[in-house]
Amino acid sequence: MITGDIVGELVCPAGTPASLRTAVDAGADSIYCGFQNATNARNFPGLNFTPKELAGAVDYAHERGANVLLALNSYPPAGKFDLWREAADLGNELDVDAFIVADMAVARYISEKHPERRIHLSVQAAAASPDAINYYVREFGVKRVVLPRILTIPEIHDIKSEISAEIETFIFGNHGLMVEGRCSLTNYATGLSTNMDGVCSPAHLVEYVKDADENMSTRLGGYTIDRFGPQENAGYPTICKGRYCNEVQPDGYYAFEEPISLNLSKLLPDLMEAGVTAFKIEGRQRSRAYVRKVVSAFRAAVDDIRAGREPQLADLVALTEGQKQTEGAYKTKKWR
Amino acid sequence: MKPRLTLGPIQYFWDEDRKRDFYARIADEAPVDTVYLGENVCSKRQPFFDQHIEEMAERLQRGGKRVVHSGLAEVMLKRERKSCRDMAEADEMEIEVNNAAGLFHLAPGQTHRVGPYMNVYSEETMAWMATKGATHVTVPTELPGSSVKVMAAKAAELGIGLEVQVFGRACLATSARCYHARAYGRTKDNCQFVCEEHLDGMELNTRDGQAFLRVNGIQTLSHSYVNLFAEAPAMAAMGVTDLRLMPQETDMVEVARIFEAILDGKTDMEAAQARFDALNMQAPLSNGFWHGEAGHRRITAKAASLA
Amino acid sequence: MTNALPDPIARRLPPLAELPVPLLPLQPILYRIVRRVAEKHPELFERLGKHQRTNFVIELTDLPLALHLRPFPPSLILRAVRKDRLPRHEAHIAGDFRTLLGLLDAEVDGDAIFFSRDLVISGDTEAVVTLRNALDDVEGSIAEDVAEMFGAPGRIALDRLNAMAERAETQENSHDNW
Repeated sequence: MITGDIVGELVCPAGTPASLRTAVDAGADSIYCGFQNATNARNFPGLNFTPKELAGAVDYAHERGANVLLALNSYPPAGKFDLWREAADLGNELDVDAFIVADMAVARYISEKHPERRIHLSVQAAAASPDAINYYVREFGVKRVVLPRILTIPEIHDIKSEISAEIETFIFGNHGLMVEGRCSLTNYATGLSTNMDGVCSPAHLVEYVKDADENMSTRLGGYTIDRFGPQENAGYPTICKGRYCNEVQPDGYYAFEEPISLNLSKLLPDLMEAGVTAFKIEGRQRSRAYVRKVVSAFRAAVDDIRAGREPQLADLVALTEGQKQTEGAYKTKKWR
Repeated sequence: MKPRLTLGPIQYFWDEDRKRDFYARIADEAPVDTVYLGENVCSKRQPFFDQHIEEMAERLQRGGKRVVHSGLAEVMLKRERKSCRDMAEADEMEIEVNNAAGLFHLAPGQTHRVGPYMNVYSEETMAWMATKGATHVTVPTELPGSSVKVMAAKAAELGIGLEVQVFGRACLATSARCYHARAYGRTKDNCQFVCEEHLDGMELNTRDGQAFLRVNGIQTLSHSYVNLFAEAPAMAAMGVTDLRLMPQETDMVEVARIFEAILDGKTDMEAAQARFDALNMQAPLSNGFWHGEAGHRRITAKAASLA
Repeated sequence: MTNALPDPIARRLPPLAELPVPLLPLQPILYRIVRRVAEKHPELFERLGKHQRTNFVIELTDLPLALHLRPFPPSLILRAVRKDRLPRHEAHIAGDFRTLLGLLDAEVDGDAIFFSRDLVISGDTEAVVTLRNALDDVEGSIAEDVAEMFGAPGRIALDRLNAMAERAETQENSHDNW
């Protein structure tokens, strides 16, 4: 059960049952996951849980004192709401510890039908101010908000002083650039929507094309979103990590962000002090190897901080996109 | 019932003279029923708009237009929060809310419109909004026609308006970062309003030269202009109550007139297409989102009727 | 099952004489391996969904051969092929033996080796991602299972491979430290 009393609750990703067990064994306090359909924002091929797998996963986690958070964080389009309703009912039956939700109607349904279940406001709801957060708290009884990765630590501190909900922040992983839940870039190029279908750069429409000079082009739905020289590190094949040209930057530049990952390992004590309850690790699409390394490293770090020791952090840069890391907006608002 | 035409807020940072001239002409010549005024995109630009908003509203009302004050899509900073609160608590105009921070400050039952940034994707979410005083909802640009149809039926039942963007670049993303400033090696706080340079957004082309996106401050838009003129009669039949035209650097009065002619059954689609062609717009037309296809695509009427 | 390949596929194979001699003895061994994995891990194949019918070519950049995989349980294919005579395939994965072995056992992160360009994929990207995700859900070591199949010689071979891999890694790291 989540009480919100633990400071530094580690919330870890799982794309498969094996990953979930790996995360629990590596010391995760909570694990978030989703069903194999559009009800969550990582609806990727070969990933996620059948109802039977989720039942087993919840048992495994609960026996070891860990929580399972079910992501229902996409936006049901008109005519398809039943899929989200059924997923919520199923999650309730399987005894998940909380639902991670973005859409107001989904939040409303859970708050009315399963009022004893916790609702966590997904980063996909993009609530970046105390007022927006308090709207969801007032209307749907939201217990926790996952903050967008755009705020400085003093800003997080200020938000905490105005809200009753717990705060969860991302500390590691893919660094989304656009306001979550407000991005249709993938749909513009491919016809599949991040909000409605839970996909971002769907793999079946990503193409890697190598030319004679060993340059690699990444194409999405017919648009070349980047081209890498033979020695250059690659990034995710997403539009927001691509390189483009215009009159200002005729040779091509990372118009939004370079391939880089968030790593806040050095800021954990400051985040705790600012009033953050839970630390979220991104990466349901990543492997068990990633889950094991990242969760173990942050487990040890959080335990060190709690015991008043200087946290020792393993080097995680090899697991980062473009093999580069950043502290993003958390460190300085100049990031914006 | 014949849908009304509306003019969405100006997305770009146009200077005062340009805005004044633009709205004067809209007031006198464009067959639009409603005009949304206000800065949606960037709170740094907001004072420049708000300075003249009353004057422009008055000018438009004199031309017989209904005026709605449209609020910010992204709300994080103190000034942004204040702007939302002021709108909810003290606005003399009808308001369109684009962020949950704005919803928070509404008095119980206070009437308001819900803008396209509020992510109302379903009849369920729309019905929730209606219980809280929403009288009118504009759907996200990426919502396909099949879903709009379900929502239109529900909107009629609830007695509220339902609006769809039928013309102009699609807003594809917003961010906390300013990509206009970034292109010039600046940060958002030190942007020096460089977005003013591009009246229709700054190009982003792929490295093999294909036009793809447009940057407008913190906003990323499609290169193509969404244009659902061929789909407008179907929308009318579904019960969509309002069709939104987004201001672009083209003859918006003529754009409105073409849509008006289509809704009145006074032109066939070929003639309408010819009139759009004559405008020599700087980007191709697209309608993929409406047909559930990639947004940049243009599905021809013939192919669409087969689908 | 005596005939490993369904007729239409057998007809597409090159005449035996054209196969380079060293690959031939590998074929029955590879087939036993994939059959064993299918028996032990049916859930892996369920997770593959429609990509059970996809033809994968796995190119071992540091060995003179590639593998052709079609993970369709009723007629499994895993065979060695010559790099200059790749069969028709939808998905292509290239990496050195050590990287691919690590990926097989979820010892390395697929995204990480892709970012570093140690792994290069082309063709049907979704198929590769699905295969990667499905392999990742298999607990325990597929490589060890396979080694067990061949008794003591198998275990020795795997130990030797792992030792080689480790040595290569140490050398690489010490080189980096220079």
